Amino acid sequence: MRTGASPSVGSSEPIDVLVIGGGNAALCAAMTAREAGATVLVLEGAPREFRGGNSRHTRNLRYLHDSANAVLTGPYKEDEFWEDLLRVTGGKTNEDLARVTIRASNNVGAWMEQHGCKFQPSMRGTLHLSRTNAFFLGGGKALMNAYYLTAERLGVLIQYDADVRDLAIVDGHFVSATYETAGVARTVEARAVVVASGGFQANIDWLREYWGEAADNFIIRGTPFDKGRMLRVLLDNGAQSVGDPRQCHAVAIDARAPKFDGGIVTRLDCVSFGIVVNRDAVRFYDEGEDFWPKRYAIWGRLVAQQSDQIAYSIIDAKSIDLFMPSVFPPIEAQSIRELAEKLELDPDLLEKTVENFNAATRPGTFDAGELDDCVTEGLTPPKSHWARPLDSPPFYGYPLRPGITFTYLGVAVNERAQVILQDGTPAPNIFAAGEIMSGNILGQGYMAGFGMTIGTVFGRIAGKEAVHHVIDNLKGS
Amino acid sequence: MSSTILKEADRVMTICNACRYCEGFCAVFPAMELRRTFSDEDLKYLANLCHNCRDCYYACQYAPPHTFALNVPRTMAELRLETYREYSWPHAMKSFFQNNGLLVALITALSVVTVSLLTLLFQGHDVVFGTHTGAGAFYRVIPYAAMVVPFMALAIFVLISLWKGFATQWRTVGGTPQELKHWPAHRQAIWDVLRLKYLDGGGYGCNYPDDRFSMIRRYLHHAVFYGFMLCLASTTVAFGYDHLLHRPAPYPFWSWPVLLGTLGGLALLAGTGGLLYLKRQMDRDPAAPETLDMDMVFTVLLFLTSLTGLLLLCLRATPLMGTLLIVHIGFVLGLFISMPYGKFVHGFYRYGALVKNAIEQARENN
Repeated sequence: MRTGASPSVGSSEPIDVLVIGGGNAALCAAMTAREAGATVLVLEGAPREFRGGNSRHTRNLRYLHDSANAVLTGPYKEDEFWEDLLRVTGGKTNEDLARVTIRASNNVGAWMEQHGCKFQPSMRGTLHLSRTNAFFLGGGKALMNAYYLTAERLGVLIQYDADVRDLAIVDGHFVSATYETAGVARTVEARAVVVASGGFQANIDWLREYWGEAADNFIIRGTPFDKGRMLRVLLDNGAQSVGDPRQCHAVAIDARAPKFDGGIVTRLDCVSFGIVVNRDAVRFYDEGEDFWPKRYAIWGRLVAQQSDQIAYSIIDAKSIDLFMPSVFPPIEAQSIRELAEKLELDPDLLEKTVENFNAATRPGTFDAGELDDCVTEGLTPPKSHWARPLDSPPFYGYPLRPGITFTYLGVAVNERAQVILQDGTPAPNIFAAGEIMSGNILGQGYMAGFGMTIGTVFGRIAGKEAVHHVIDNLKGS
Repeated sequence: MSSTILKEADRVMTICNACRYCEGFCAVFPAMELRRTFSDEDLKYLANLCHNCRDCYYACQYAPPHTFALNVPRTMAELRLETYREYSWPHAMKSFFQNNGLLVALITALSVVTVSLLTLLFQGHDVVFGTHTGAGAFYRVIPYAAMVVPFMALAIFVLISLWKGFATQWRTVGGTPQELKHWPAHRQAIWDVLRLKYLDGGGYGCNYPDDRFSMIRRYLHHAVFYGFMLCLASTTVAFGYDHLLHRPAPYPFWSWPVLLGTLGGLALLAGTGGLLYLKRQMDRDPAAPETLDMDMVFTVLLFLTSLTGLLLLCLRATPLMGTLLIVHIGFVLGLFISMPYGKFVHGFYRYGALVKNAIEQARENN
């Protein structure tokens, strides 16, 4: 193991720690390993402009802290953190690994700041997270910029546009990785590897295995580079899997969003204020079941189950200012009939649906901030809250499609971030961090800023343990 | 009438308003969040509220080559330039903002040549190249009336022009005369200006000249601002000495006009020099190419004005004094003439935007 000067790509000496991936987990692993004295090469699949995986779309990180600090308004302790996790996952979590994550996240904000992260206090729209989640000034891309800068300063080698094709794994032992960059295939040997290359949500063919042709109509909210190739390679080489391969975090987003990388701005928060109909102009689910943030994540699946994977949220003038503005303007019309024509729905059917809905609404006191008493009666499916007749022109329509945030399938790991093989033994020099292993801890559901927690904690563990492995091995030889 | 750049600004702000990740950097994003849609007037206000720190460009997940291709600092700079044209008085002068670099350079060159020729013509070779010391030495090269009368006239014109521009902006962004008397807002805005609050990027500075955070630009701009203010103070004190105490220039080194002027001149020299150096280094992607020559010529003119002023101080007892005085007065003349029609106006419109922002935010927080 050489310390001090950093090596160059293509030198004959093997790298100590090879990091595959270029998001939060990958960089946390790379910086940690480099600080421990290892030579580190990061293979990032994206070009420099799109580096950072899905981390570039994130905004905050949830971490354990005993007391308020400059950006967090109060304490967030282990019991509460654990209960929050238990609730969102419905128990689908490995408690040992979950507690490792929670405990190791204690005051991790300080470590992040030492590595260039800049935090800001929560502002207007995000106050509900102001106690538990620390916000990155400028968001996740700014965080990634800071981490890349720090990694470069530390002497971590970074290769962009590096499409890793395969790993040479012999008896559960990593030997080398083959990657392509600018059309040239290269093989790099390393003493340990940290795989932090995300899930497979950008791989439509893979999604099609579970969703059939419906997958063609999915929109991928994040990076187009998360094709899951490393996940596939690890599973094919005998890594144990965790997480339901069929499951993904899917929300209903604006159907006009770009196929990939639309990020935060394509979300629509208007669903609970109106009705949602499918291509046949028929309602299919209770739009007012609960507060939107709590029901946000079921609507992706609901829309995916409709024909052509399309639906339309329809509101009227009473509701247009009640939710966060979104990137595309609503489709606007003076009557339901006109709106149906603009949305290419059957005008008669939509008018009937709206008439039935309006007739079923009961007078109540509308309150967007409460589970109010505006309900429908005798309607199937019902609308349990915020049910007000659609009677005030102009009427607005937003087309919806399923937007995939991430997939849950991953590789099993132990507390040292080592990948677990089919026989239950850990692969000695193969480590995993970030989305590729978060299914161990977040088996289902979603918790704001927790993916970044897992990535940071397990990135650091993987980086540290990879160096331990290299040192132990060199001592032994 | 919505111009191309206004449409682009509207598109950009609409996307930003659905994201809001940058709200911690400056005043633009919190001001944007008070709106759902953006009128032309809103956009012009936001453009002048933007201090061009460029932090949002590097933090932007939608910056080019993303399909959305958001470039907030560049869009805002282009729109600012359009507002400079629109607010200019007399309005016919708006075309001065096209090819501004060339025009300001020509005006300045013409000023220097005119002062030179007039002085040579009326005062003669011997006076210009002679040595003059003692009270009233400068006036022996350029007579009192020739120095004071044109500059007084010009100063009055410049002040009227700047005020007219400011008033037009205030009206355009929907401000009322009553609101202009909102003193707490002025207090807030002045405090924002004096600290250059919004070049601090939420506490870490600008991404300038590259994608790293740095306070260097803020400090250099401070040097320019306070240097300019010191020079203004120096001139004002000297005017008082001359007209109230009947003590005409030149003054000894240990006198208020010279001390203030020297300190201000040095600060201006360092500030403008540093800013010009950084501008050569800067990443051009978030910059508006249309405003580059305007920015450069103004900074160069300030640099040369302070340089000739300081040289004049150092060499005023030598035969070079006459030449340096002519060149310095020429540069000052060029600076004065181009004040309402160049980069100088940014301070006034930004101040107007900061006052409006202070009013808006105070209203929102009540």
